[in-house]
Amino acid sequence: MKSDAEIALHDLFTRGLAGDAVAYRAFLQKLSAHLRAYLGKRLFGWPDEVEDLVQECLLAMHNQRHTYQSDQPLTAWVHAIARYKMTDLLRAKSIREDLHDPLDDELLVFAASAIDASDARRDLAELLQSLPDNQRLPIVHVKIDGLSVAETSRLTGMSESAVKVGIHRGLKALAARLRDMP
Amino acid sequence: MKTDDLVALLATGIAPVQPHAARRRIGQAVLVGLPISVAILFLGYGVRDDLASAILLPMFWVKLLFPLCIAGAALVILHRLGRPGVRTGWTWMGLLLPIVAVWALALGHKLTGLLIDQIPVVQGVSWVTCVMSIGLISLPVLVATLRALRELAPTRPTLAGAAAGAMAGGVAAAVFALHCKELAPASLVIWHLIGMVIPTLAGALLGRRLLRW
Repeated sequence: MKSDAEIALHDLFTRGLAGDAVAYRAFLQKLSAHLRAYLGKRLFGWPDEVEDLVQECLLAMHNQRHTYQSDQPLTAWVHAIARYKMTDLLRAKSIREDLHDPLDDELLVFAASAIDASDARRDLAELLQSLPDNQRLPIVHVKIDGLSVAETSRLTGMSESAVKVGIHRGLKALAARLRDMP
Repeated sequence: MKTDDLVALLATGIAPVQPHAARRRIGQAVLVGLPISVAILFLGYGVRDDLASAILLPMFWVKLLFPLCIAGAALVILHRLGRPGVRTGWTWMGLLLPIVAVWALALGHKLTGLLIDQIPVVQGVSWVTCVMSIGLISLPVLVATLRALRELAPTRPTLAGAAAGAMAGGVAAAVFALHCKELAPASLVIWHLIGMVIPTLAGALLGRRLLRW
């Protein structure tokens, strides 16, 4: 049986994938609360890492959102990515064996949610500044200032497709930098 | 940056996402890689001159279809491995069954005594060429497929790389079958299989390094 969270999140996400920004934002907000609870429980000994990993998962899920097919349980997709990112982190820390709770039960990923975010240790805004202009400017204008792709194109002198590519590559570069940070 | 700000950033200015990304990306990779593989065969090796009569031999078709079955199974597996949370399930059997089938065929030949005549051919110098050629011909498909996988989200990068290699190897062995005149089942089950295993191993090694995200 599908959980209520699965049904609600699936609906918001598929609307988001179709281009509905309001639904997509609501999806990401609910998702981050679920991820925070799920990861917080499993990274019990490393509370500082939780918010970083929540952000890393959100960025990864956004960048790879085209790999979701709507006939697939969203729980499985989210869990697989969260688990992949967590395993990556733990491998980097070589503390896999100390894991507080098993990673295996995917149904638990939407079991709880936690609204209160602690501060992330790694600052994405700072990382954003380190990107080259052709990636940073499209992200700043379109994703932060809320300008359209056409307006950003006029403002920066970049072509519209270069703006879109810049956003795509820039967000992937941010994800890669987050991953490789200690 | 606070998580809420990140959420706002990610949700601002989004465009609709085209469905079936995995299928499209992997399909495009094959469409890009396959013509180059075929070109390598035509320019570097040439198609066997007796193709018209060879197509009457059952073994020619076995040699063509066996690696295509492997490539097809690898394609199905790849389509699953590229997407998080999709289980591969029984699809691995698709790789195993064709191998079991050709081994059964080859052993059947051995029982009828035919293989004994073929042994000198199998041990001849052509096996190095055969294995190396399949490896070479597989490269365009392997590179294109690994590039496609980098745009997807394999949570098991080594396995995904191996599946990309198996698909590239299968395609290459089928392409090479248009050149190679060796029709002994033993050569197929040993050298063509090894020719496919090498790209698979290469794909696994490359996948482990290149497919992290």
